[in-house]
Amino acid sequence: MSDGSDRIQALIDLMARLPGLGPRSARRAVLHLIKKRGALMRPLAQAMLDVADDARECLVCGNVGTDEICAICRSDKRATGEICVVEDVADLWAMERAGVFRGRYHVLGGTLSALDAVGPDELRIPRLESRIAEDGITEVILALGATVDGQTTAHYISDRLAGREGLSVTSLAQGVPVGGELDYLDDGTIGAALRARRAL
Amino acid sequence: MYLTRLELSHFRSHRRTVLDLDARPVAIWGANGAGKTNLIEAVSLLSPGRGLRRAPAGDLVRRQEAIGWRVGAAIRSGPEVHEIDTRAEPDHGRSVRLNDKTVPQATLARVVPMIWLVPTMDRLWIEGADGRRRFLDRMALSFRPSHAEASLTYEKAMRERNRLLKDQVRDPAWYGALEAQMVEAGAAIATCRAEAVARIQQAQDGAQTAFPVSDLAVVAPEGMPELSPTALEDSRPRDMAAGRTLVGPHRADLLAVYRDKGVAAAMCSTGEQKALLISLVLANARALKAGLGAPPILLLDEVSAHLDAARRAALYDEVVALGAQAWMTGTGSELFADLGARARQIEVVDASGESRIRA
Repeated sequence: MSDGSDRIQALIDLMARLPGLGPRSARRAVLHLIKKRGALMRPLAQAMLDVADDARECLVCGNVGTDEICAICRSDKRATGEICVVEDVADLWAMERAGVFRGRYHVLGGTLSALDAVGPDELRIPRLESRIAEDGITEVILALGATVDGQTTAHYISDRLAGREGLSVTSLAQGVPVGGELDYLDDGTIGAALRARRAL
Repeated sequence: MYLTRLELSHFRSHRRTVLDLDARPVAIWGANGAGKTNLIEAVSLLSPGRGLRRAPAGDLVRRQEAIGWRVGAAIRSGPEVHEIDTRAEPDHGRSVRLNDKTVPQATLARVVPMIWLVPTMDRLWIEGADGRRRFLDRMALSFRPSHAEASLTYEKAMRERNRLLKDQVRDPAWYGALEAQMVEAGAAIATCRAEAVARIQQAQDGAQTAFPVSDLAVVAPEGMPELSPTALEDSRPRDMAAGRTLVGPHRADLLAVYRDKGVAAAMCSTGEQKALLISLVLANARALKAGLGAPPILLLDEVSAHLDAARRAALYDEVVALGAQAWMTGTGSELFADLGARARQIEVVDASGESRIRA
């Protein structure tokens, strides 16, 4: 292989390390980029360079942006006294896409897992506790996964926050998805939905 | 509920084997090492877990080619036909597709109720509680597929807790969070097990059978408190010294007493112990048939070992009466002569290191 194709192969190998891409899709993506060199590849390379220089975690909530403090934490309108605790930035962005939550966030950066050596100090749990005291928070909404690790983390946080005056700790409901049919749900979900039923 | 088709590709000794089947039991015979048990092991992978040999996915591959393996099956359940495809590439866990969609393994328990009996279980009553617990859990799973999820949740939370214990972590909130989940999942496990025992007991009581009836009980080790948040919390110092969790359903045991003789299963003769096991498997199948309207798939490896001719004939009669697709293996065709055309007879032979079906 000549020098040039070695560099292309190196690019393909790097692309193949991205989540959701494998060697084959990486090859397709690179060929596509080469064909659209001016319209796509150069702007993409520039955008990646810019973000690589500027991207950073918000010092308050852990959201990823280009500022020291993210727009959500800066906005006074979002000081509703509610904090939504999520596992990852992707979850925060999912909540924001839904556009229904008006408060602020706290990104833990993972879930408790003794087997993976992730403890409370590896997550932003101490920072969450200090935020609650400093920002006059009245409700902590735990929006964590319905997995063993997610639920362990939720139990853990609610235990650590128990007994704080004027603070309620809630979690997202589990049950029938919007547009879902009962017939396709697993027993666990149906059980959770039934336990969380409400009067109409 | 029966397999209409079974396909093995590069699975243990089978390079490619395809069987088209009807609802009848399947009698598989052939010399030692021909690949009989491999066939029913493949069927066992149509249920959640590691199959009847409890082998890791990587061990199931045919060594000669080592390109990964695949088991495919079509299963008729009433008017429906489900297609299951399970496979593993080298260095990967096994994946499961149900009707062309990737699903978690636990889903299989909802589609294919299955019970098995293998020769290693001949010593079930006299060896450690592990084997009896697995046997009990298989029965519980057959009645209530959600038993699989509860067991997975419990085990995951317990592994996490055991790691905290080993690492000498002393964070009460972390323990509490894991223990809350263990208590919830543990209660579900205990309920499923108790229900399974009750239903099997009922199925034994109401049946005309040539096999001995036993009285079953799920018991905890002596002095072990019932699983609760306080019990786990109190147990932390002891558990930390032991480096593992000492309280919970993972320490339960299944006891059986041969009713007519009033003797514990462990004290019975080898033949009686086997008869007791077969009796429970048949009772489990009858109870499932009463509940679901269809008997489960039965896998009975080397089932005729330790059975005299009369018991063997009685077993075949009961299997046929149940209408279950029972997969039975044995070394010679004479073992299945009593079944005749009531079963599909299949001979497996070894052809230079490759299992072949002789029709």
